[in-house]
Amino acid sequence: MKTFVQGGVMALALTTGMQVGADEAANLVINGETEITVRTEAPEHLDNLSKIYSGWIFRSDETQALQMDDFDNPGMIFVDQGRDAWAVAEGSEGKACADCHNEPESLADARATYPKWNDEAEEVRTLAMQINGCRTEQMGAEAWKYDGSDMLNMEALLSSVGRGTPINVAIDGPAQSMWEQGRDLYYTRTGQLDLSCANCHEDNYGNYIRADHLSQGQINGFPVYRLKNAKLNGAHSRFKGCVRDTRAETYGVGSEEFIALELYVASRGNGLSVEGPSVRN
Amino acid sequence: MKRTMLTGAICILATMTIAGEVAPDDVVFSEYGEVEKSLSGLEGDPTTGKEIMVARGKGNCIACHQVTALEEFPFHGEVGPTLDGIAERRNAAELRGIVANAKMTYDGTIMPAFYKVSGFTRPGDAFTGNAADGPLSPLLTAQEIEDVVAYLQTLSE
Repeated sequence: MKTFVQGGVMALALTTGMQVGADEAANLVINGETEITVRTEAPEHLDNLSKIYSGWIFRSDETQALQMDDFDNPGMIFVDQGRDAWAVAEGSEGKACADCHNEPESLADARATYPKWNDEAEEVRTLAMQINGCRTEQMGAEAWKYDGSDMLNMEALLSSVGRGTPINVAIDGPAQSMWEQGRDLYYTRTGQLDLSCANCHEDNYGNYIRADHLSQGQINGFPVYRLKNAKLNGAHSRFKGCVRDTRAETYGVGSEEFIALELYVASRGNGLSVEGPSVRN
Repeated sequence: MKRTMLTGAICILATMTIAGEVAPDDVVFSEYGEVEKSLSGLEGDPTTGKEIMVARGKGNCIACHQVTALEEFPFHGEVGPTLDGIAERRNAAELRGIVANAKMTYDGTIMPAFYKVSGFTRPGDAFTGNAADGPLSPLLTAQEIEDVVAYLQTLSE
């Protein structure tokens, strides 16, 4: 721990940029035990990047520290709320998540593989869609609102028990066409500012836009607790904010376009760790 | 009735061009992306140009470009090249072309076009996330482009 801090200070001292604060050389270990891969080789399908980085390394020392201990991570409150909901029987079947899945830890591998193809439904499902699939198909309960607080709490719970697991989203087989749709969207320039995801997050990660330090836009840390709005945020809501900031007409949260984009962007992070709930600015 | 008249008036305003001004769709770029004539028909004012350079709701040029002469305004970006000494590397026609639509000079550049209103994918209504409601306005007016160009011409080494 002390060594880490000293390393951090060294890296800071060596930073010559105008905007000191991000320690890009830092390593993330949560609660002193869960090692998180915050930088690794890019997956083979990525032609334009050789290394991939978690958004965590682009954040300030203070923000980074918030994710290193669950007592400091404001997102963990929502994990607790998700754990409470896990045990609550709902719907016409009178079942709770716990009735089929026992402890949430039994689904520790789930977060890392979503979005993924669902054979029975014949569609690519995000984790949120699968949670709602469970609710409507198994429990006879109402679907939760996409990126609503109930849903984000449950996603935070499932992410938290999977922390450290390498993201491993399948891009071939029946998911391939949707993955390609997502890749096309990633490189499409939208809005009056005429910007694609790639313009900022592939071509300019590590650079500052005004006071914002551009990351690679990885989503391994979702749902994300943002200091900016002091709540959990879903990936689709974040996508929406980004597209809006290009002065474009956005796609909807839960839309086919954003499901495709989530699949593609998640696959760009194959090899990074599940990190949610992460803490960002 | 009143409403119809009002809407009509707004439509006329939106499409009206000020005398001597070149509309965004009518800007003539040279083969290398230069724009020779003033877009407003008037001289630019470097003092106003400086304000536009740093204002987040206007040019916000320093969001991407470092400018030593603007150090009093915090947080300069790193996405574009420094503009220090730009007046010695680029003349007014080149600067006007780059600010109006940099893609005519640098194909594929990330830099947004500040005097362009058509040819976008899913154009929105400013930063609302909704679809554009009627014709787009350029990010900067013709005179604001001229003011920025006038300021850039003061940036000598």
